[in-house]
Amino acid sequence: MGLTAAEQRGRVLVAGDAAGPLLRLTEPISFWGGVDPATGRITDPRHPQHDAEIAGRVLAIPATIGSSSSSAIILELMRVGRAPAALLLGQVDAILTLGVIVGREMGYATLPVVELAADTMADLPEGEVLRVMGDGRIMANGPGGGAT
Amino acid sequence: MAMRILADMAEVMEAERLIEIASSHIDGCLYHGDSGVEFAERLVAGGGRVQVPTTLNVGALDLLHPEIVRRDEHSRTMAQRQMTAYTKLGCLPTWTCAPYQAGHRPKLGEHVAWGESNAVAFANSVLGARTDRYGDLLDICCALTARAPLAGLHLDQNRRATVLIETGGLSDALKQTDVFYPVLGSWLGAEVGGAVAVIDGLPAETGEDRLKALGAAAASSGAVGLFHVAGVTPEAPTVAAACGDQPPKHTIQLTAEMVRAARDRLSTSQNERIDAVALGSPHFSLDEFAALEALARDKRFAVPFYVCTGRGVLRTLENAGRVEPLAAAGVEIVADTCVVVTPILPAAGGVLMTNSGKFAHYTPANTGYDVIYGSLADCVASAETGRVVRDESLWA
Repeated sequence: MGLTAAEQRGRVLVAGDAAGPLLRLTEPISFWGGVDPATGRITDPRHPQHDAEIAGRVLAIPATIGSSSSSAIILELMRVGRAPAALLLGQVDAILTLGVIVGREMGYATLPVVELAADTMADLPEGEVLRVMGDGRIMANGPGGGAT
Repeated sequence: MAMRILADMAEVMEAERLIEIASSHIDGCLYHGDSGVEFAERLVAGGGRVQVPTTLNVGALDLLHPEIVRRDEHSRTMAQRQMTAYTKLGCLPTWTCAPYQAGHRPKLGEHVAWGESNAVAFANSVLGARTDRYGDLLDICCALTARAPLAGLHLDQNRRATVLIETGGLSDALKQTDVFYPVLGSWLGAEVGGAVAVIDGLPAETGEDRLKALGAAAASSGAVGLFHVAGVTPEAPTVAAACGDQPPKHTIQLTAEMVRAARDRLSTSQNERIDAVALGSPHFSLDEFAALEALARDKRFAVPFYVCTGRGVLRTLENAGRVEPLAAAGVEIVADTCVVVTPILPAAGGVLMTNSGKFAHYTPANTGYDVIYGSLADCVASAETGRVVRDESLWA
C-alpha cells in the first residue's frame, strides 16, 4: 500500500508499539467529564466527536483542558481494557501521560504516548490504521491496515 | 513507587530537578473505577505516609449524609475504601474542593503540589503560591516524597502573562455582579487554553469568591492554572508587572457581545421550567451562604435545591443554627462531595439551574441533565416556582 503521508516522528513520552485506526479530535478535551471510564466513549455533548469510541484507536489530541482527574480516567480505561491503542499529543500533557505511567506501574496493559506537533498531526491520514513505534515513529499501514 | 512515578514525570515535564514543597492538596480520592482504589491501597500497603500537610478533595460519598448518594453496593464500598486509604496515608479528611476556604492557604511564593483544577488556579492566582496543574495520582506522589518537579508554574518565566484582556468596553454595573465572573472565566479558558492572561479593568475590591468562580470556570473550559487581575491579585500590582515588563503577545478587547455569547454557551437548554437547582462548585463559602440566606428567607422552593460545601463550612453553619432555616426553605446541603461527581440528582433527569460556571460545564456529560446558567438571585427566584426567571438587564 502506498503511504498517504510520509513517516512522521514525535517525542516519546511513554515508549511502546501499537497500531490502530486514527481518531483525530478537532477540539481539546477533558477526559474527566468528557470520556466514560467504563466504555471509552466520548460523553461531552459539546465536543465535536461526541459519541465516538476511543478504545483501540490511535487517538490524536490537539490539547487537553479541564479536570486534573483526567489521569484517573485514562488509568481506569487501561484497567478495563478500553484505553486508546496509542496517544498522540499536540502538546506535552502531564496529566494524561501521568495516567499511563501509573497504569504501567500497576501492571495494566500499557500504551505508547508520543508528542507530535499540531501541523504534523494534521497531515496524518484520517481513517487509516497507523502504527506507532517504540522510537516515536508513526507510520501509515494503509486503509484496513495489517501489513507492516 | 511514588518516587519512581515522580522521577518519570519529572522527565516528561523536562524538569531539571525536584524541589521541596510545603503542602499538598489531593484530588485522587474520588472514585472513578476500581483502579483508583487499587493504586491508593498499594501505596498504603507499601507503608506510605505523607511528608507535608495534605488536604483531601471530594470523594464520591457524602459521609455525613450517606443516604443522599445513589450508588450500588460495589461502587459504594470501593468509594469508601478509596477515601479511607487516603486518610491512612496521613491526609486530612477535609473532603473539599475549596481547601483554601478550609484553612489551607499557602503563602505568596511558596512551592506546593496541588491537584483539582480550581484549587490549582486559586492557589496560584489568588494566593500567589506556586503549583503546577498536578493530575490525580501525581499529587499524592509529591505529598509522600515532599518533592515536586521544578517545571511549569513553579518557574518565574512561566508565570508571566502573555495575553492582556482589556475590559474597558464592559459596564461597571456588570463587573459589580457575581454572575459576571463565571462567564468571564468560561470565556477566558476557551480563548487562551493554558496560557497565562492578565485581566485589566476589574474593580479593585473584586473579592475572593468572584476570583474563585472565575478560576474554576477557566479551568473547566480551558487548562488555566494561573491568571492575573491587575490591581487585585498578588503578582499583578500592574499590567506591566504581571507581564514581567514585557509587551503581551496578544491583547484582546472584551466586548459585551463576546460576554453574552460566552454566557449563552454555558446553558444547553431554553426550557421554561427547571427540575432542580445546584450551587456550590467550587464548594460554597460562608459568605456565599450568607448571600443565599438573605435571598431565601421566608421562601419555600418548589424544586430540589442542592448546595454543595465542605464539612468545615457546614460545621460553622450548624454551630450558628443556620442550617434549619435553610432546610425549611427546601435547601439540601451536600457535604464531602458534589452533584456532578456522584449520583445525587433525581434519577428522572431534566433541567438543572446553577450559578456555577463549573457546574454548567460538567453537568450535561456527568449527570445527563441539561443546564441553565443564571445568577444566585435567578436561581432562587426560579426555584420558587420551577419556572425560569433570569434578569437580562445587566447583559445588554
